[in-house]
Amino acid sequence: MQGLDFSIVPEYWPLIGKGLWWTVVISATSAVLSVVAGIGFALLVLYAPPVLRYPVRAFMWLFMGTPLLLQLFLIYFGLVQVGIDIPALWSGIIGLSLHFAVYNADIFRAGIASLDKGQTEAARSLGFGAWRTRVYILVPQALRNTVPAIGNMMIALLKESSIVSMIGIAELVHSAQLVISETYRPFEFYLTAAALYYVLNLVLEAILRGIERKVELSR
Amino acid sequence: MDIALIGRIFPVFVQAAWTTVELSLLSLAIGLAMAALVATLRLSHVTALRFIGAAYVSVFRGTPALIQIFLLYFGGPQIGIQLEPFAAGAIALGLNIAAYMAESIRGGVRSVDRGQMEAARSLGFGEGQSMRWIVLPQAAKLMIRPLGVNAVALVKGTALVATISVVELTYTAQRFIGSTYKPFEIFAVTAVLYMIMVYGLTVVIDRLDRAYAGEA
Amino acid sequence: MNDIRPMIEVRGAQKFFGPLEVLKGIDFSVARGQIVAVIGPSGSGKSTLLRSLNHLETLDGGEVWLDGVKVNQTLGRRAFERHINGVRQQMGMVFQHFNLFPHLSVSENITIAPIRLKGMARAEARALALKMLDKVGLADKIDAVPARLSGGQKQRVAIARALAMQPKVMLFDEATSALDPELVDEVNLVMKQLAGEHMTMVIVTHEMRFAAEVADRVIFMADGAVVEEGSPAELFRNPKQERTRSFLKKFLNG
Repeated sequence: MQGLDFSIVPEYWPLIGKGLWWTVVISATSAVLSVVAGIGFALLVLYAPPVLRYPVRAFMWLFMGTPLLLQLFLIYFGLVQVGIDIPALWSGIIGLSLHFAVYNADIFRAGIASLDKGQTEAARSLGFGAWRTRVYILVPQALRNTVPAIGNMMIALLKESSIVSMIGIAELVHSAQLVISETYRPFEFYLTAAALYYVLNLVLEAILRGIERKVELSR
Repeated sequence: MDIALIGRIFPVFVQAAWTTVELSLLSLAIGLAMAALVATLRLSHVTALRFIGAAYVSVFRGTPALIQIFLLYFGGPQIGIQLEPFAAGAIALGLNIAAYMAESIRGGVRSVDRGQMEAARSLGFGEGQSMRWIVLPQAAKLMIRPLGVNAVALVKGTALVATISVVELTYTAQRFIGSTYKPFEIFAVTAVLYMIMVYGLTVVIDRLDRAYAGEA
Repeated sequence: MNDIRPMIEVRGAQKFFGPLEVLKGIDFSVARGQIVAVIGPSGSGKSTLLRSLNHLETLDGGEVWLDGVKVNQTLGRRAFERHINGVRQQMGMVFQHFNLFPHLSVSENITIAPIRLKGMARAEARALALKMLDKVGLADKIDAVPARLSGGQKQRVAIARALAMQPKVMLFDEATSALDPELVDEVNLVMKQLAGEHMTMVIVTHEMRFAAEVADRVIFMADGAVVEEGSPAELFRNPKQERTRSFLKKFLNG
């Protein structure tokens, strides 16, 4: 038993801080991509012709049924063996984005399906075409209604972004591991990383609450 | 697709999948026990106990499961806790999912109409008796689905212990991707096994939910 | 009725919801076998008063006595819990929304308290349930589930459930308010029948006609205070207070 000594933590702040920054960058990028791709998947699953619809559905089914870590291994270690070499950072962002896009798509799909039929009829009666109705009338409403559920997904995404450390991306957990390999103080630095995630999580929750309130007010 | 390879590696993967099942069941048992305790704290009349329960949920839900596993496995020895990878993984996953399950349990209890507790109390049942005979039997039905969602997340979450070298499904997949250079075959086999577990569990939960929550 | 000690006695009952005083020091008593109806506009505090009798609401001031035993005693948490559970076994309560236990059958709804709290044998409890159901005219529903009953039937089962504990008093909290109009009579009939058996009853209601018919005494409450009380004849035909008059006028015309 080594005992705990947190006094060495500040010394390594530059490295930890850099990892923290990358966690924010990766999470934010993946969050945006996962929402955009999620809307795309939802529209395809609902409205695309069967040749497109069924493959997308199968893909969603596959990604919902398997762990993120496995998906990251496939994208980073697997694809390179068949000649597709994606750098670690992008592998991580693509993996995170796709993984959460699938869950977001499921939420959006339900959100669009639950809208009143009168909305479509009103838009069509104004002369909107089928796709314009979906893009201009249905999607914006579904987006508003699903803010809380998508927010929960983003909270999960922030935490699961830690998993991309396993393919060597220098985000927060990976930075902590680097420091630990030097100092042999896993408890101190993993706890520090955990505390930083906790703070990030609080910030994200506050942002989401703000968005929810705005959406609520604009109704 | 290299069918011969798939045939050759399949038994190894089934073995690994079994480890994933064992890990899931053990974490589930730990998680449910801890969740019952935490939910009890959160529903307590005593402010201090409520606070402890809320803090548990907030901390375990506010930080990544991966770090919780690392803290226990790598950091544990520093505070006198030395565990095998499998045990460390099962305990960390169990403690993590407990935070989510505690909220599912609390949600179930709180969705039972307040009038049920009042009616039981008006007959002379004590607080605990009312909980045990009147509120919990009704809440249990409402918990099936949310707890099921937690359990499915747990099964997928077990992949994280690959990072501390527990030879489960994802760890095995990573090993074989590296040694066979056939990523799609390996992914296919692994994905099929995960999906049998995940969607199998989903079907079981649906059945339970329909059998019990459907009535009333 | 030679015991002159009142069955229920309330002295100076006071209750706040935040800054709002919902009971402003209420005194009243109910004699053995007496039937008291409490009427008044919504928000007058009549339900709060009723619910404080069996301590579903905790009073901030004043005392409640049941048959010579103080209900809101100051005791340790555990001791009070034991005490209040005992008190509640002697006071049956019927709620506006029935509050039947949906996971139990009709017979289980009625027998769970006698079995669990009084240690009654199952067979005996079932016989008791049958007797109580017969009293409310629902003996044929003994094995039904609550979800299959009409509102009026649910409320009659709820009455049977309360009666099965052989209470000294029955409390009715707007027992017919949630019912469709055509189902009100069947519940009122059961309550009248209980009145005929000299059950001590406190009835919070908005049905003036029923109150007039069944009650020995009517209490009119408004803004957390008793405005006026008297026999139904006095109070309904010849109210003394302006407040009572305007309330009754609105109600009897509307």
